[in-house]
Amino acid sequence: MNMLSINNLKASVEGKAILNGINLDIKPGEVHAIMGPNGAGKSTLSSVLAGRSDYEVNDGSAIFMGKDLLELSPEDRAREGLFLAFQYPVEIPGVSSTNFLKTAINEKRKYHGLDPMEATDFLKFMKLKMEEMEMDKSLTSRSLNEGFSGGEKKRNEVFQMAMLEPKLCIMDETDSGLDIDALRLVSAGVNKLRTPERSFLVITHYQRLLDYIVPDFVHVLYKGRIVKSGDASLAKELEVKGYDWIKQEVELAK
Amino acid sequence: MSEPEIGIIDQVVSQEYKYGFSTDIEMETAPIGLSEDTVRYISAKKNEPEWLLEWRLKAYRQWLKMEEPTWQNFSYPKVDYQKVIFYAAPKQKIKLDSLDQVDPELLKTFEKLGISLLEQKRLTGVAVDAVFDSVSIATTFKDQLKEKGVIFCAISEAVHEHPELVKKYLGSVVPSTDNYYAALNSAVFSDGSFVYIPKGVRCPMELSTYFRINAENTGQFERTLIIADDESYVSYLEGCTAPMRDENQLHAAVVELVAMEKAEIKYSTVQNWYPGDKDGKGGIYNFVTKRGSCEGAFSKISWTQVETGSAITWKYPSCILKGDNSSAEFFSVAVTNNRQVADTGTKMIHIGKNTKSRIVSKGISAGFSQNSYRGLVKINKNASQARNYTQCDSMLIGDKCGAHTFPYIEVNNNTATLEHEASTSKIGEDQIFYCNQRGIALEEAISLIVNGFCKEVLNQLPMEFAVEAQKLLAVSLEGSVG
Repeated sequence: MNMLSINNLKASVEGKAILNGINLDIKPGEVHAIMGPNGAGKSTLSSVLAGRSDYEVNDGSAIFMGKDLLELSPEDRAREGLFLAFQYPVEIPGVSSTNFLKTAINEKRKYHGLDPMEATDFLKFMKLKMEEMEMDKSLTSRSLNEGFSGGEKKRNEVFQMAMLEPKLCIMDETDSGLDIDALRLVSAGVNKLRTPERSFLVITHYQRLLDYIVPDFVHVLYKGRIVKSGDASLAKELEVKGYDWIKQEVELAK
Repeated sequence: MSEPEIGIIDQVVSQEYKYGFSTDIEMETAPIGLSEDTVRYISAKKNEPEWLLEWRLKAYRQWLKMEEPTWQNFSYPKVDYQKVIFYAAPKQKIKLDSLDQVDPELLKTFEKLGISLLEQKRLTGVAVDAVFDSVSIATTFKDQLKEKGVIFCAISEAVHEHPELVKKYLGSVVPSTDNYYAALNSAVFSDGSFVYIPKGVRCPMELSTYFRINAENTGQFERTLIIADDESYVSYLEGCTAPMRDENQLHAAVVELVAMEKAEIKYSTVQNWYPGDKDGKGGIYNFVTKRGSCEGAFSKISWTQVETGSAITWKYPSCILKGDNSSAEFFSVAVTNNRQVADTGTKMIHIGKNTKSRIVSKGISAGFSQNSYRGLVKINKNASQARNYTQCDSMLIGDKCGAHTFPYIEVNNNTATLEHEASTSKIGEDQIFYCNQRGIALEEAISLIVNGFCKEVLNQLPMEFAVEAQKLLAVSLEGSVG
């Protein structure tokens, strides 16, 4: 069974069509990479799936774990197990990561009819995950993302992913703005979270991230459509040849 | 702000004011309007000594000559003082000796507000004075406090029991003719709390006064006087609510604090007067004069306020730093929503040497509200090595509200050090969406973000009240969100 099934998805922002019919199936445990030139609609796809309100869905469907994803509010999508690692994680001054994650986890538990986690249980759980993800202890008390370096912010996204234990992780250009050391650390974190059940949709402009997070499938997005799909070797090919040959292929096909 | 955000604002439905009920109880009121007779009526009701009546009359005569101030950053329909009832008290047949004789209806009212006066249900560690319209209903834990020599009672009672203290300190920090509203209060004040902490005593529990306006067309004019003698400490908290009424009601209180040598007073307010409805109809005018005097060397006064209610809040809890090495703090959260107005801040007057003051103000405006910080830091000629740090942050929710800052600085001694930091931020759609994406819905997200913004101030509140205040912030902003 598919975890996520996207069918002919069309979306626009401020009246401008960005996604022009996306078809994509993701099964549990699979890692899919979406690549493509600037302006192809990569980030729009992640925003639409997560439910950002500035985007309008014009057609098509997205079924997540048997539910109509597009009918759910952004918070319910999250509670159902969809996680978006942001390209630009947002700062929330005065709110500690501990408080933020406790709220998030308990909101999710409430949604699933569970009692809130006891404070001590939560702190134990967080400590465990921090060790697992090799996070610095100071994280617990620091304000969320405030004054974090680019690398720290991205690592913190992956840490939140570990805490919230989602079914599907969408990573929106997680590699942007990272130096090679930070990229390794972030990728190592993601690889720890790979399980036979958990799926990933990795959106990236560059191939180098995929050296560390090796995908099962690579899709090329161009002008709001997936125009080519393949395995990890497609990413390597793109690295060598760039996107122009794909653009030409598409134009010729017309 | 872009269209979708306004969409979100509209989505959320406003929550009703939780304390808007009124109590049906037989009242005794002064004849409507204000004259010398009204002043005499109130004084007679309280069975006051001659000196106090004279003091009131002097204030009244001065008030007649004064003009309503117009420098504030808002306008409001003039209050017709001839249409206000200046004294309203629940009728009681006999003089109360114990709580058992308090009208059960009143006990129920306070119970409903979460303030239990009954022995078995009292909040441990907090003594409460409950003021209903113009009179104090009951004060809890009086005997336990007495053992330590702490006096905590209604000010009308203190006038009789401790006249020497009242006579000495009443009006010593806020003179009866200080300003228009202080003069009015001095003429017609009816009740309020009186606290005296003797030398060297650390008050064993939090002291708290809960003010409730109930009667219609009535103003509440309470007067609070707190004196901390040498090397003593007290933490005091004030809370307030009122029923939902279509008319604006006036609340013009005066609070005076006196801290002697090495004494410390911590004064916290959680103000939740009825703010009016979403169109700005009704609500309390909260025009209050609060001032503390650091009389003695090394004394300390700390104001913490969480202002969420009232149609208009107009107040500047201030400190006069007379004693050398004295220090003062002002921590404020002012939240305005719908059509509410707040013009609030502080005055720090440095007179003594090595005096220190710190101001942390957090203003949050939503809806169509206007929120102003107004503060004065004044360093007198002889206040060498004085220091002030001011931090003034505003947060805007939506694009129809306003945040304003009016800092005044007057330095007459060049050894002074002053720092001022200010910021304005907006709750962004990005922050909200980020929270949503982690499973946190809109209201909860706002509450989280706002509480984070106010954390420094909320941390100053006594534990029990900090939790209340956090909830209150969330409720006040419900329906505001973008």
